[in-house]
Amino acid sequence: MSQFLQVLLSGLSTGSIYALAAIGFTLVWQAAQTVNFAQGEFVMLPAFFVLIGIHWLHMPLWLALIFGLIVAVIVLGLLFKKLIVEPMLPNGGLPLIIATMALSILLKEGTKQFYGAEAQPYPSLFPQTTLHMDGAVVSVQDLLNLVVSLTIVVALTLFLNRTRTGRCMQATAQNPAVAEILGVNTKRMVLYTFLINAALAALASFLISPVYLAKFSNGETLGLVAFIAAIVGGFNQIRGALAGGLLIGVLDNLTATYVTTEYRAALPLVLLIVIILWRPQGLLGTSEGRKV
Amino acid sequence: MQRRTLLTAATFAAALAGTGLAAHAADVVKIPCVCEMSGAGAVSGTNYHDGAMLAVKEINAAGGILGRQIVMDTYDTQTDPQVSRALVQKAIDSGAYAIMGTVYSGSTIVNMMVAQRAGVPQFTGSEAPNITERNNPYIFRTSSGAQKGVPALTAYFKDQLHVTKIAVEWVNNDFGKGGHDVFRKEMKRVGIDVVADVPSEQGQVDFSSDVSKIKQSGAQAVFVYLNEEEDARFLKEAKKQGLKAPLVGEVTLTGQKVIDLAGGAAEGAFAHVGLATSAPVPSIEAFVAKFRKAYGRDTDHNGIKGYIGVYAIKYATEMIGKFDRKALASKMHGLTLDVKKYPGMLLTTSWDKTGELSRESFMTEVKNGKQVVIGTVPAN
Amino acid sequence: MRRPGKPVLLGLGLVALALAPVGQTDYILYILSSWLVFAIAAVGLNLTLGYAGQISLAQASFMGIGAYTVALLTLAGVPWLVAMPAGVLLCFLVGLALGFPALRVQGHFLAFVTLAFNTLFFLVARNEDWLTGGPYGLSGMPRPDFWLFNTDPNLPFYYFTLIVFVISSALMWGIVRSPWGRAFKALRENPIRAESLGLDTRRITLLAFAIGSAYAGLAGAMFSPLVQYIEPGSFSFVQSLRVLLMVVVGGSGFFFGPVLGAAVVILLPEFLRFTEGYYLMIYATMVILLMVFCPSGLIGLGQRLRDRFRPGRELRGDMKQGAQL
Repeated sequence: MSQFLQVLLSGLSTGSIYALAAIGFTLVWQAAQTVNFAQGEFVMLPAFFVLIGIHWLHMPLWLALIFGLIVAVIVLGLLFKKLIVEPMLPNGGLPLIIATMALSILLKEGTKQFYGAEAQPYPSLFPQTTLHMDGAVVSVQDLLNLVVSLTIVVALTLFLNRTRTGRCMQATAQNPAVAEILGVNTKRMVLYTFLINAALAALASFLISPVYLAKFSNGETLGLVAFIAAIVGGFNQIRGALAGGLLIGVLDNLTATYVTTEYRAALPLVLLIVIILWRPQGLLGTSEGRKV
Repeated sequence: MQRRTLLTAATFAAALAGTGLAAHAADVVKIPCVCEMSGAGAVSGTNYHDGAMLAVKEINAAGGILGRQIVMDTYDTQTDPQVSRALVQKAIDSGAYAIMGTVYSGSTIVNMMVAQRAGVPQFTGSEAPNITERNNPYIFRTSSGAQKGVPALTAYFKDQLHVTKIAVEWVNNDFGKGGHDVFRKEMKRVGIDVVADVPSEQGQVDFSSDVSKIKQSGAQAVFVYLNEEEDARFLKEAKKQGLKAPLVGEVTLTGQKVIDLAGGAAEGAFAHVGLATSAPVPSIEAFVAKFRKAYGRDTDHNGIKGYIGVYAIKYATEMIGKFDRKALASKMHGLTLDVKKYPGMLLTTSWDKTGELSRESFMTEVKNGKQVVIGTVPAN
Repeated sequence: MRRPGKPVLLGLGLVALALAPVGQTDYILYILSSWLVFAIAAVGLNLTLGYAGQISLAQASFMGIGAYTVALLTLAGVPWLVAMPAGVLLCFLVGLALGFPALRVQGHFLAFVTLAFNTLFFLVARNEDWLTGGPYGLSGMPRPDFWLFNTDPNLPFYYFTLIVFVISSALMWGIVRSPWGRAFKALRENPIRAESLGLDTRRITLLAFAIGSAYAGLAGAMFSPLVQYIEPGSFSFVQSLRVLLMVVVGGSGFFFGPVLGAAVVILLPEFLRFTEGYYLMIYATMVILLMVFCPSGLIGLGQRLRDRFRPGRELRGDMKQGAQL
């Protein structure tokens, strides 16, 4: 029982990180109808902005985090939107997908070239204490990862549903043409989406890097897992991405512990195929009106 | 179609440019370094390359090999076996006398066939057992294979830790599987029961189920055979879950990089190391200092591998007195280079008929955030 | 449409390919062979993507199925000429089995299913040592020997690859020009009208995907004897993305697009090597710029330039016609 609790809690903690990255897929999908294959790198990079803040600009950790967040929002939100997404939107989804694949190479290689190929230690945000619960050991870090992710998702959902800006963003995502007619500044709304995506990626980066360590290749696996989480949960729903992320984090650990270690990566994929055949819109998704 | 012709023309041009560079072939000897400058193996590959380059600079400053200056061109394999194969071919086409690299076993196993076919001696940094099991007369190691390193630990488990039940945590790729298979065979030989056998993915981040499985199995010691970052993550998780059994590794577990990455979690970990940069041997201490001075950072054992590889080529070539690839390869077989006479080797080193290498090695432990040598294992 | 110079230019291209290896080093021969092998896989994906409009992210795993089948059979002593069709057929059947349920639903689901399939294939290839050699892979596959024509040295092997490439391209040319193949164009341009004209769009799309997968199988069957070593990592998801990159960069939906794209993806990094650590960054930047300024790929770019400078550049005519079919 204690073992079950142990892997369940760890899985939830890891899954909450997947969820944060998966939400990014969902947001970009809604705003631009495309898949951002550089999403993993978007989570890898902000940790390096923080390291630059600490080691090169000699900032204290809290300032470096703010610095990292701002740089990430500018580079991965504003510049990504203005320089890559915007000029390509009229060209349809596929060229943009290819461009994000190239972008992922560029970010990876760039990080390696300018910060080195070795993994870097990364300061922890939370105390290193552990809690003992019924034989399972949980670190405060794990619990806070989960709490922070859940809070973000709740806040984001509230923002999208309750505020005027949020509703405008949703209208833009659902039907840009109609939203435009109704007087919504759709360009601005799409920009907001990308800024939020960048901020979420930065937060995920700050939460995971103490455990994952900062390394240029960190985005490879993370991006793929988050992508699968987003599909499993339902590509067009934020709570779907959360459910998908948590589910994959937990299932991965349970499979590795009780079924098979060699094929631990296979279960989410089998799940993905089953979901597509049984419920193509995803676990919590709603079917999309327009053809994609 | 026209584009293809253009491409072909460009290819021709590139080939011509290549021959132009080879104009001074008489005054130099080409020892290209084909290694992992990018991709998953970038850390190991870069250290290997920089170590080799350091040796090249020293040798050239001292007059080269038989009066010829060494030219070391770098070919980046991106840690991709296919690319590495093509590049070894390219290196051979450029007139290589011998080849340094590759470090990743998955690459070496592919490209060593190319070097063998062309008859070019190759000095690899790989440690997978199967490399020297293929009767390839042109492949030479620069550090012992896992089939030599892991058995050095057997005595430690049996006679020092007195364990009867053991667990193994390994990375499920060709590197990890090589070590894992040797380990299972060894444990079977001495009658230690492997109660948990846990493979992990390359780049895995969540080790909670791995550690919890090992904890449940009641193992008295854990053999950890992972790459550096995964070592660090595993150590952190083991500390978190309060895993009490001693953690014992081969090569990487007590390296400085792992200690830095794992924070305090590496404290008390053991490892057998073929080449320890922390070894209390004056020649190695001097090398580490030289490396730091040249590159402004510390190296891992791969830097030593590259360094001694180039020196081995120099010494063996000077023994045969000419640049003859075939003679170099046959000279290397059964050769012992005594460090007293050949200081570039850092430690006395011998090669057997298969290209396998043997020299004394070290048992290390992490104490107060530093790798400390706690014993020496004689050459076997 | 029918320009008299076209067969001549096609012939000239073939002569150029036949003469390309003269006086070249083994390294160049290897790269050229490798380009032709990947071009076969990309030509196959172009049918799925460019003509039938479905994204497949499993092209590398189909190459893997072909490569492992041929490797296992030839290592067991079966001649390549027997092993190759077995691998190609297997890919075709797996393609049918995979595409059938996925194409039942609209949208990008084939992309998602193939993504999952590619990763599952990697896991099976790595974990089932008894069959695939696990992470160690399989090595020492013999190169085919056709009585008087032994392909073991690199030069004959290049010509062997060239012959297979030409035959498979000619077959593809036949497929897309057949009445059945024209249905793809109708489908791509207007699915609803195609359906109303009585085309069973689902069956056509499924067949396109299965044939595209079979081409990947053929590429895999060539890959095995070319590299003479296969391991799971050569057929990972990243490699599928690479084949996709070839098709889109070259120009998806253009007949010669994927051939050109494969050349760019395989040869360009080689030419950029002099920039040392920066070459992958430069390469990635070039791809992004191409996608931003000319999403229809290099052939589309060539056409655009041609239109701008009017007919003056006669030499590119074949590209345009070949591309437009």
